[in-house]
Amino acid sequence: MVKVYVPCDSTALSLGANKTADAIIAEAKKRGLEIELIRNGSRGLFWLEPMVEVTTSQGRVAYAPVLPKDVPSLFDADFLTGGAHPLNLGLTEELAWLKKQQRLTFARVGITDPISLEDYLAHDGYQGLQNALKLSGAEIVKTVTDSGLRGRGGAAFPTGIKWNTVLGCEATQKYIVCNADEGDSGTYSDRMIMEDDPYVLIEGMTIAGIAVGATQGYIYLRSEYPHALKALNTAIARAEQAGYLGDNICGSGKAFHLEVRRAAGAYVCGEETSLLESLEGKRGLVRFKPPLPAIEGLFGKPTVVNNVISLASVPIILDKGAQYYADYGMGRSRGTLPIQLAGNLKQTGLVELAFGATLRTLLYDFGGGSATGRPIRAVQVGGPLGAFLPESQFDTPLDYEEFTKIWAVLGHGGIVAFDDTVDMAKMARYAFEFCAIESCGKCTPCRIGSTRGVEVIDKIVANKGSPEHSKTIQLARDLSDTMLNGSLCALGGMTPYPVLSALNHFGEDFGIMK
Amino acid sequence: MTIALTPQEHAKIEAHIQAHKNKAGALLPLLHAIQDDISYVPEAAYLPISKALALSVAEVHGVVTFYHHFRTHPAGKHILQVCRAESCQAMGSEKLEAHIKATLGIDYHQTTADGAITLEPVYCLGNCACSPAVMMDDEVYGRMNAEKVAALVKEARCA
Ligand SMILES: Cc1cc2nc3c(=O)[nH]c(=O)nc-3n(C[C@H](O)[C@H](O)[C@H](O)COP(=O)(O)O)c2cc1C
Ligand code: SF4
Ligand code: FES
Repeated sequence: MVKVYVPCDSTALSLGANKTADAIIAEAKKRGLEIELIRNGSRGLFWLEPMVEVTTSQGRVAYAPVLPKDVPSLFDADFLTGGAHPLNLGLTEELAWLKKQQRLTFARVGITDPISLEDYLAHDGYQGLQNALKLSGAEIVKTVTDSGLRGRGGAAFPTGIKWNTVLGCEATQKYIVCNADEGDSGTYSDRMIMEDDPYVLIEGMTIAGIAVGATQGYIYLRSEYPHALKALNTAIARAEQAGYLGDNICGSGKAFHLEVRRAAGAYVCGEETSLLESLEGKRGLVRFKPPLPAIEGLFGKPTVVNNVISLASVPIILDKGAQYYADYGMGRSRGTLPIQLAGNLKQTGLVELAFGATLRTLLYDFGGGSATGRPIRAVQVGGPLGAFLPESQFDTPLDYEEFTKIWAVLGHGGIVAFDDTVDMAKMARYAFEFCAIESCGKCTPCRIGSTRGVEVIDKIVANKGSPEHSKTIQLARDLSDTMLNGSLCALGGMTPYPVLSALNHFGEDFGIMK
Repeated sequence: MTIALTPQEHAKIEAHIQAHKNKAGALLPLLHAIQDDISYVPEAAYLPISKALALSVAEVHGVVTFYHHFRTHPAGKHILQVCRAESCQAMGSEKLEAHIKATLGIDYHQTTADGAITLEPVYCLGNCACSPAVMMDDEVYGRMNAEKVAALVKEARCA
């Protein structure tokens, strides 16, 4: 029977994929044609969703974007055998946008039915776990360390070193906590993994548990992701049933249990210690460090806290080996980064590449320039705490250290483009406003400074051209300095990144004469 | 002002407490269960929750009010969340926000007079590839504009 694929990823749904799927089923029925309709994940070419694929003898053929109104003509054009049609894009695998990528963590995303365990197994799923079960905890940790994998949640701390600390702790109970709070604007790679290939995260967490001796895992999932919640819970139940989770994983005698916990809309709870407080049922106040969560984490026990992408990258490392992964990348940034193109771009979506590609390549080769057709003026990389980069910095390669050099961050790999209608003073104001809304309130520079910051930006704008103007600018700089140096966590400590980068690179928007 | 609960609501809350009280870190899952069921977390629930989880009423109150997700007042039949974060701003969400508020005649955290729609701000829905984005109940909608939102609202009102 012909297989027809219509994505169930929530961005595809946000563009009407369910209606497209319904229309295809109805039209096939009307014509008396038998098809098997599969809801796959998204290939990540979000500008082309809903993308429908059909299996042919040559491979999968893509048609996109397909709306219900296009469906009768697709059948007329015999799309079930890959027939010619204005929406026919040819073989999916041959699409330049996909061919230029290096998909390691996202190897299966868009190809498989996300919640089908059979599909997962048929596409190299659980190979990493099988290998891990033959190794000691220390050997697994060494493999992860040797791969060079650094945390993809923002701080880029080496994952293997974190695991080693937890491995070295004596405790009656240890935990693996997956940080799935993905609060950064411009990011959706965690969501895609959880909706479009949930087993890879489950497998990564299971390997982490076996490596460090943790028997319980939690996924702290942002409340804004109901589809991810459903996919994860279904996948967890099926993995349990098949013996990939539970008291005796694959007959090894080792135990690992997994539960999803919903967050409640506080950005600061993405910070790992605030997250742990929240999991314990408290307000998400950031904890002082030390102690590190690796030593005293959830309920005071040694805890690995890792981002979704960090954990989802572990299975391929255990499957193909540390060197295979480390061979990708540049400098101290090893492996690949799932980059998320967002904001004002023509071709938005997920691009997984080895570290080292330039921002320009992403914005223009992949992104196709701005959606509005106007010049791209500013780009924010790394979420609301990331710097704004002007055109003169677009040749910076995506690499943790290269970004540090220009006082910017890669963060979770989100890229948000703005065209030349953007008002950067407004963006700086918003950065302070966001910090004020989301501050946990534990320290003064962040709690009070953010509100003062909003007022100072308003004053700068109001004082344009007056003798007070330069003094007000200095006030904003001093305030930023206080927040940079006096905040307990990066929410207060990094809000100055968007603020000062806007001020430094786009001074004209603040009334600074060149 | 404390909103009085119906006996049915009391019973529902009690059932959720019983179902969750023995979990590790039970408070958030419990608050979610209550809000999912009756659309908010009533102040009248703080006392029974605090007793079951061995917390003070002040602690329960502190947690409910810390998190943006939890409501302390009943919501309308449908929740419309509008994304205010950067990617959506880059695609004109500010104008859309203003338009939605004006046409619904309410501000954030308010409910339309007919009780159909509660409006809430949200900071990223993970749909930044198709900004601006909104969420109606549990469904996300991308590349929104005034007409599309009006259609969503109309559909919700009829549903
Ligand atoms: C305000 C704030 C928000 C954060 N949000 C997230 C988040 O949503 N997801 C995430 O993985 N890490 C987030 N982090 C980083 C975490 O504190 C932590 O570094 C990370 O979960 C560690 O995992 P990794 O080493 O795998 O990156 C945030 C940090 C701060 C200060
Ligand atoms: S910087 Fe802000 S969010 Fe971080 S601990 Fe201080 S008050 Fe809390
Ligand atoms: S910024 Fe609006 S969906 Fe992400």
